[in-house]
Formats: sequence, structure tokens, C-alpha cells
Amino acid sequence: MNEFIRGIKRGFPICLGYIPVSFTFGLVAVKMGFTPAQATLISLTNMASAGQFAGIRLIEGGAAYIELIITTFVINLRYFLMSLSLSQKVNPEMPFYKRAVMAYCITDEVFALAAMEPEEVNFPFFGGLMLTPILGWTSGTLLGAIASNLLSPMMQGCMGIALYCMFIAIIIPPARKSRKVALAVVVAAVLSCIFKYVPGINTLSKVGGGGWAIITAAILGAAICATIKEVKRRRKAAVVAAEGREA
Amino acid sequence: MSYVAICMFLMFLTTYLIRVIPIGFVRKKMENLWIQDFLYYIPFCVLSAMTFPDVLYSTSTAGTEPHITLSAVIATAVAIIMSWRKRGLVAVAIVAVLVAIAVELVLPLLF
Repeated sequence: MNEFIRGIKRGFPICLGYIPVSFTFGLVAVKMGFTPAQATLISLTNMASAGQFAGIRLIEGGAAYIELIITTFVINLRYFLMSLSLSQKVNPEMPFYKRAVMAYCITDEVFALAAMEPEEVNFPFFGGLMLTPILGWTSGTLLGAIASNLLSPMMQGCMGIALYCMFIAIIIPPARKSRKVALAVVVAAVLSCIFKYVPGINTLSKVGGGGWAIITAAILGAAICATIKEVKRRRKAAVVAAEGREA
Repeated sequence: MSYVAICMFLMFLTTYLIRVIPIGFVRKKMENLWIQDFLYYIPFCVLSAMTFPDVLYSTSTAGTEPHITLSAVIATAVAIIMSWRKRGLVAVAIVAVLVAIAVELVLPLLF
């Protein structure tokens, strides 16, 4: 029970942060012709910001089912990596049904907080962690859908930055503490810019709503940083071995 | 079932399967240190790659083609400074939105 409460406390800021973002989603969805109920149901069943925005854009355009599936797949592929990462942080004995419940709410923010837990992630904690973000995400969508006619287009536009600023607030504090994390953040950002701006390479950012570019930049960035660490580890091991021989 | 209903179901199914397959079926602890490091860096890299450079386009007026705006540049700078000073997620997001709105309101008065 204690862990559940601790999860709720940790997750509540995410809930608050989700409201402006999901509000924007509700707003946009209704402008595109979805009903408030449909918009809310999409939020409840997906719990995915970028994937949802891309999805409604495609549905509005009358996309083929396969196009919708591939785009959703690519944009949300990062959740595969997060889920894989989380699989290493839960007890190997945890039953499937608990894993299936946790999987539903592996979002960028919920995952980031779970990943930063120093110990193993347990089910009650994750349950508490995901509870209020789910409520915030769905209720925010409903509010945005209902309020869609009250905000000017300029203000609607400005709400769009809320999601990104949450990302910034998640990655900057750990980057300040750890130079390795700072390097990872910078490398991924630079790669992402390369994929968007460098002629020839930027075709990657034009397919699948930008999902390929993000996933490629992230995988390359993490691989580069992991390799740098591996090289350092080997060098250190070699030095230790050499010192061992001298002694 | 209508086209929209089928699409909504497909979105749910695709998103959920991506999330449930790794955590649902990977039970072995990975011994390889490179893979452990890689998975440690992934969340930071994903969030960073999603944010930059797209954040600079994120305040484009609804219904227009996304473009880099001064309001987004200033709001992003404010968000980075606030995060550096360890302000919380919500404070950073709300202040950034307010800064962006303020810049959008003031800008037409200057030019």
C-alpha cells in the first residue's frame, strides 16, 4: 500500500502536465470532426501523445488501414524500447497479467520516472504511478474537446509547446547531474536535427510523420553513448590488468 | 463497424502490442553491459530527439503550416533555464505556454 501511495505522489505532477497536452489533443480532434466521446476514447485506449496526433490526422485524411498501422507502429516504436528497458527493472517472477497492466501505461513520462527508480520497479508503485496520469490524460482530452470553440487559434497553437517543455523538464535535471546523460541528450538532439535538415538524409523525417527520424536518432544516440562507455570500460580493465602484472 | 471505429481499434491494438510484447515476454536479465547501457540511455535519447528541433515549431498558430517561431524559441530558452534550476514539470510547462502567449501578443505591437 505504501508503494502505491508513493507511486501516486510521484505520478501526480505528470497528471498535471498531461492536462494542457491532452487538452490540445481534444481541441484538435474536435476541430478535425471527431466527437468529444471519440477523442476521449482514443486518449483512454492509446495513452500516446505523438501517436494520437498523427493517428487522427491520418483518419481525417481517410488513410488506408495499413498506413495507419505502420505510422502508429513507427511513432510508437520507442515504447518497445522502453518496455524492454522496463522488463529489466521488474522482478523476473512477476506474472504476465501484472506486466500486461503495466504495459498499458508505458508513456514517455511514466517510463522516465519508473526508469529513474534506484531499485526494482514493483507492481503497486507502478500502479500508483500510472493512475493519475491516465485520469489527467483522458479528462484533459474531454475538457479540450468541449472547450474547443473558446480559445483563439493563436492560443491553441501556444498550448502545443507544453508537451515539449515537459520533456525538457524531465531530461535536463539528470543531464546536469551526469555528464554521460548530458552527452546522450546532446548527441540525440544533434542527430535529430541532422535528420530534419541535412538534404538527402531529411527524407527520413518526411515519412511516417517523423517517427522514423526520431527512432533512428534515439537508437544511434544511445548506441554511440553505450559504445563510448564500453570503450572506457575496456581501457580501464586493460589498465587494471597492466597494473596487476607490474605488481 | 464504421471506418473511424475500425481505425480507433487498430490504433489501440498497434500501440498496446508494441508495449506489451517486450515487458510481457522478456524475463531474462540481460548480462551484456553494452545492452544495459544502451537501454539506460534510450529514454533520454528518445525525449531529446523528439524535442529538438520540433519544439521550435510547436507554437505555430493552429491551422497553419508548422514553422519556427520567436515565441517558441524564447519559451524553449525559458524552459531550459527553469529545468536547469530544477523546477517541476508542471511549472516549466505552464510558464512556457504563458511566455509563448505573451510573446505572440507583444510581437505584433513591435512591428
